[in-house]
Amino acid sequence: MSVQELEKIFQQRIDEETKIEPKDWMPDAYRKTNIRQISQHAHSEIVGMLPEGNWISRAPSLKRKAILIAKVQDEAGHGLYLYSAAETLGMSREEMINDLHSGKAKYSSIFNYPTLTWADMGAIGWLVDGAAIMNQVMLTRTSYGPYARAMVRICKEESFHQRQGFEALLVLSQGTKEQKEMCQDAINRWWWPSLMMFGPKDSESTNSDQSMKWKIKRKSNDELRQNFVDMIAEQVKVLGMTLPDPELKWNAKTKHYDFGEINWDEFWNVVKGNGPCNKQRLDARRKAWEEGEWVREAAAAYVDKRSKKLKIA
Amino acid sequence: MGFGVRLFYYGDIPEEKGGGKTDAKASGHDWPLWEIFIRSKQGLDHKHVGSLHATDAQMAIENARDVYTRRMEGVSIWVVESKYITASNPEEAGELYEPAIDKVYRHPTFYILPDEVNHM
Repeated sequence: MSVQELEKIFQQRIDEETKIEPKDWMPDAYRKTNIRQISQHAHSEIVGMLPEGNWISRAPSLKRKAILIAKVQDEAGHGLYLYSAAETLGMSREEMINDLHSGKAKYSSIFNYPTLTWADMGAIGWLVDGAAIMNQVMLTRTSYGPYARAMVRICKEESFHQRQGFEALLVLSQGTKEQKEMCQDAINRWWWPSLMMFGPKDSESTNSDQSMKWKIKRKSNDELRQNFVDMIAEQVKVLGMTLPDPELKWNAKTKHYDFGEINWDEFWNVVKGNGPCNKQRLDARRKAWEEGEWVREAAAAYVDKRSKKLKIA
Repeated sequence: MGFGVRLFYYGDIPEEKGGGKTDAKASGHDWPLWEIFIRSKQGLDHKHVGSLHATDAQMAIENARDVYTRRMEGVSIWVVESKYITASNPEEAGELYEPAIDKVYRHPTFYILPDEVNHM
């Protein structure tokens, strides 16, 4: 069969909503796009542990500390589900880790912002995880089977992340004057970067998008971003806080919230590696990898020794 | 793809945008890959849930416990090194499964019975 014929059959299967599985024929570009996207997603989970790890030892109570540890452990797990999904496409784990550490592979820019106060843990759960969930719920229906299955598992766990974040802010919003200010300050700092998580505006693209055609993605950046704004604009009222956007207003005609322009210069700057914490995050990853070397060596030596013992016995 | 600004989505940042350095190639240091099967409760089958890397079976079970059963998703874990799994080839699906299509008499709905006994 020619490549054209195979591609035609492939697209038919996508159109019929048949999932693509690891051993199925797929166009090279489909494989490459999925490897890039899934591994970036995995890296985001792994790097995403760092801003929160910052607060584990400084959580205000034992309860909050236990919650935060559980959340960070989930993120490690999510990274592992996703790395495994990407490996089914033929890229090794080691290669992915190396690409992250060399700076070749990207991760979500949101994790290049610093976590300055305890309220940031709440704002990350509510806003950052909230934005991620919008994307991840869509991805449970993505066309590549292992990715879709990983996303189903992740979404089940992710809802706790968002709820605990909102609840942490709720407590602050009912606290002292200082706690209220801290809550509002965290929302102010995380709001715009959260909106940037959805990527550039649809109108900036002059191409028909292959990812949509292959059903890797099913909703556009603007669609997802609008859903997010509509959701958060309502939820912020419960906190008695505000979003830092004077242009945010309910539009009765469109039945959506209008909102102001995102600072796209800042967006591209952080993507290109010049965010407040880009260097710090990668340094932390590399340090963890290097300092874990002896553990990996010890594990390998142990299994070696044990297999020799088994042979003798 | 044309020359316009390329649309990308959250989780899919094109490589060319980043200031990447060197291509790091794998040198085969990964621990073996294991497929993980979990029994969610007594009485049900073990079901494939995903895979992970571990040096040996014992470590694979310990890691599977942390990765796949953080919320009581299982009561029993099986691990099998991935290289020992032989999978059927999707291209042979036709020969493998098609012969069953013309054997409709293998299904109970093939038999039309009188109303009196139709719930048999």
